[in-house]
Amino acid sequence: MTEQTIKMPDTSQLVVSSSPHYHDRDTVQKIMFKVIGALTPAALASVYYFGWRAFMVIALCMVSCAAFEALFTRMMGRELAINDGSALLTGMLLGMNLPVTVPIWMCLVGSLAAIGLGKMVYGGLGGNPFNPALVGRVALLIGCPAAMTTWVKPVGCGFAKWVDATTGATPLALIAHCDATTTATRKAVESVASAGYPSVLDLFVGNCGGSLGETCAIALIIGGIFLICVNIIRWQVPVCYIGTVAIFTGIAYAFEPCAHFNPILHILSGGLMLGAFFMATDMVTTPLNRKGSVVFAVGCGILTCVIRLWGSYPEGVSFSILIMNALTPLIDKFTAGRPFGK
Amino acid sequence: MTDIVMLTVVGVLMALAIGLVAKFFGAKTDPLVEQLGELMPGANCGGCGFAGCADYANAMAAGKAKPGSCPSMSDETLKKVCELLGVQAEKGDPKVAVVCCSGDDHHATRVALYNGVNDCLNAMMVAGGAKGCTYGCLGLGSCARACPFGAIEILPTHVAKIHPNLCKGCGKCESVCPRHVIKLVPRSAAAINVYCNSPEKAPVKKKVCSGGCIGCRKCVKAAAEGQMIINGFLAAVNYDNPPPESVVEVCPAKCLRKAE
Amino acid sequence: MAKKHIKFYGGVHPSEGKVSNSESIVNAPLQELYTVPLQQHIGAPTKPVVQKGDKVLRGQLLAEAGGFVSAPIHSPTSGTVKDLTTCLSANGSKTPAMIIESDGEDKTADPLPPFENWEETDPAALKARVGEAGIVGMGGAMFPTIVKFSPPQGVVIDTLILNGVECEPCLTADHRLMLETPEVIIKGARIIGRILGVKRIVIAIEMNKPDAIDTLTQAAKGTDVTVMPLIVRYPQGAEKQLVYAVTGRTVPSGGLPAAVGCVVSNVATTAAICEAVCLGKPLYERVTTVTGTPLVKPGNFRFRFGTLFRTALELCGGVSENPAKIISGGPMMGMAVYSLEIPIVKGTSGITLMSRDEVVQYTPSACLRCGRCNDVCPMTMMPGILSAQIEHQRFELAEKWHVLDCIECGSCAYVCPARRPLVQHIRRAKAVVSAARKAAAAAAAKK
Repeated sequence: MTEQTIKMPDTSQLVVSSSPHYHDRDTVQKIMFKVIGALTPAALASVYYFGWRAFMVIALCMVSCAAFEALFTRMMGRELAINDGSALLTGMLLGMNLPVTVPIWMCLVGSLAAIGLGKMVYGGLGGNPFNPALVGRVALLIGCPAAMTTWVKPVGCGFAKWVDATTGATPLALIAHCDATTTATRKAVESVASAGYPSVLDLFVGNCGGSLGETCAIALIIGGIFLICVNIIRWQVPVCYIGTVAIFTGIAYAFEPCAHFNPILHILSGGLMLGAFFMATDMVTTPLNRKGSVVFAVGCGILTCVIRLWGSYPEGVSFSILIMNALTPLIDKFTAGRPFGK
Repeated sequence: MTDIVMLTVVGVLMALAIGLVAKFFGAKTDPLVEQLGELMPGANCGGCGFAGCADYANAMAAGKAKPGSCPSMSDETLKKVCELLGVQAEKGDPKVAVVCCSGDDHHATRVALYNGVNDCLNAMMVAGGAKGCTYGCLGLGSCARACPFGAIEILPTHVAKIHPNLCKGCGKCESVCPRHVIKLVPRSAAAINVYCNSPEKAPVKKKVCSGGCIGCRKCVKAAAEGQMIINGFLAAVNYDNPPPESVVEVCPAKCLRKAE
Repeated sequence: MAKKHIKFYGGVHPSEGKVSNSESIVNAPLQELYTVPLQQHIGAPTKPVVQKGDKVLRGQLLAEAGGFVSAPIHSPTSGTVKDLTTCLSANGSKTPAMIIESDGEDKTADPLPPFENWEETDPAALKARVGEAGIVGMGGAMFPTIVKFSPPQGVVIDTLILNGVECEPCLTADHRLMLETPEVIIKGARIIGRILGVKRIVIAIEMNKPDAIDTLTQAAKGTDVTVMPLIVRYPQGAEKQLVYAVTGRTVPSGGLPAAVGCVVSNVATTAAICEAVCLGKPLYERVTTVTGTPLVKPGNFRFRFGTLFRTALELCGGVSENPAKIISGGPMMGMAVYSLEIPIVKGTSGITLMSRDEVVQYTPSACLRCGRCNDVCPMTMMPGILSAQIEHQRFELAEKWHVLDCIECGSCAYVCPARRPLVQHIRRAKAVVSAARKAAAAAAAKK
């Protein structure tokens, strides 16, 4: 019997690195695909309400964003980073921010603006100060306001057919119209409502006009709660954002119920749900710590209300988030925690 | 039409206002400093010993420094500077940086796979950089990033290479190198150099690098008295009295080489 | 029974992986050669007092302390000083070392007389013994314990905290020590209590070690020592976090726990102090965990200092697969090494091996600004912003953003989804900033 030999490690191929040597194994890619997953219920709802064209718009935006990202990384001589999923997510968010009737060329231009102007000019993922999807949307909104604000009524259980162009204003467009006529009375509001104004339930399930992804509040809330559970977004952001809007519009409603719509309608309509759960929580463009996130969300809420109640645009979510994006470095600076013991 | 007129008028008025403000409230600068500043190369390399070009120009104008300390100033510019200051030019011996290491991937061994920040200083703090020789070039490019003239290239074989025609001898790389592999030597005497930095005994060195100086003293014998110095087990060129280039032929380790 | 637990900010909970917590401590067999490094502490280097060729006995002084912040080195066994040379240390640098060739007899020198009746001994004499025995912080910091026990004039220490937290994953050395020698730890605690004149002695143990909590509570009956269970959270073993969790006091930035009237001592250090006082045994051995999935049989061993990592792995029966990483210490704060010819020293609490698929590579990808590092940083710093500043060599900015407060616990890099080497960046900045401060202080002193 020979003595049992002990196998000793071969030390020639050892990895050395700085501590820590453990990692929780989360990656950028996993985060991006989880967010895409969380957006999927709302995307499906949009296909349900607006028909297959909705699917086409979202898919086209996703594909073109990924293609533009590939093109730009190639031009910059960088390693291809499509599989981190960030371009797909940008495309999905952009698509969900467009009306179903949007022409195909506008999807492409929007994707180009989102990836090119929103992201790659700043050096790619992590460097962009503004939410790329919103940059794309706002570029289109300013460039072609007509096409971007032509809303159609949902076709109901309309998986079957392409949408016919029965135009219907979004609730917020109605509100803006109502605000513009300063002599509006409660009666006028009611008459507008009776003329085609969706009920709260309709708003909740998404049976109303609007951008693809913003109509179905329930689907967005489900996705948002999933993201909170997997620690990708902070619960403070949607809560503070929506809360601020509710309080602000509530006060306005309390003072002048004839000129304003009630807060519940404000919360459930427009891009607020989409913005609060998926865009004000974008990692790259929002503050780093929780305190900063709260400041950011409250700021977004106030700006949204200001634009909605007194601005000329019916919708304020995109602009308010972009403005707060610009303030993020300042918020970071002023909310930086003092180290433990200082 | 009125719009255009109005805009033009406003524009002209504002331009005038800015011009006047600049004239009466502008910071007073010494014209000499300004002229000197224009002649400075603007690389802010720090080779003169001051914080930057402007700092050096100020010091010269104040008579606290002499022209000629700037490593990257051309002779013509130097002449102009001297004329401005009214002093004689005295240019020091120009220097050039030399990476004293032959430890590229063909010669030096790696003891581990390093994973982390691609920077020599960072790597030094993780298991000492994971290169077998603890004196050699780590090849992660701290010097190349510090060089204001882009004179340092990191070869694909992971060793720094200095392009002497671009190097101005400012010494930034020398100060940043954590292994002290880069040496500043007089340009006139830098025709041949010992490309090794390890004072270890030959057998120890041989284990980790096949390109190092083995301390055989052949070069010392081949050169005239005092032209080559040997410190412990490491030969060095005496830059005050450099040996002829032909000495390189005797080196068995091929680590005494002509400058590339 | 419901006790309020104070939670410190941030922290993470990595998988514990404490596979060796049921392995009893085994005394490692006597080796033929010991490579004893002459610097096994933070501070001034030691001065050798024996020559090459000298005969030495176990516990005999090999090198004396080179200053106040220093600790002497004692011989691990009896034999001959074979050589004075250098050896590789865990951080990759070469340190002077003494090679001791064992004569196999392991005769003791009994250099220090035991204090039979320590309860009546002058505290100053007990403190001097801690210094003579070469005791340093055995949790990993290797800070000379006597310095810790000498608070500045006017500072009153009222609480002694024994650190039995062992929050580092994989390591079980302190856990086993608490289970097997509880009375030594309690006695050691009371000795330190006498040295410092404290009112309150607390042994802090995380609740993932219920057996240790029970054992020590039993052993502490009838003494003034109390056991305090803490919730499980990394890095609770860090001094500042532990002081906060136990007393609710906040150690000021840049200060020591003494500033808030606390002294923290590791349980292994405490046991060593007890042995030094009651048995007159200098510090020449310690309990070290050798663990990791590639090992055949992980375990806890009592090693003499100077035993090589190679020997430690042989005692565990070698490896079943080739490891991708060998770490001196635990996976969160340990140092990766590339050689097995590294000796175990006073601060080696463990040797951890990691297999190929456990190793996570750092990448130089951009920060996603997700803010997770902020959420977990126990020092409430902003590691993401710091690393970006440091990447652009903005060390003066990093200093303003409190880079020196970092305790290098690694929680930030543990959660970073972009896998940025945050701790490595910060470590470098700390080195640069403290060097700059020293230079500035030296320049000011010159003037």
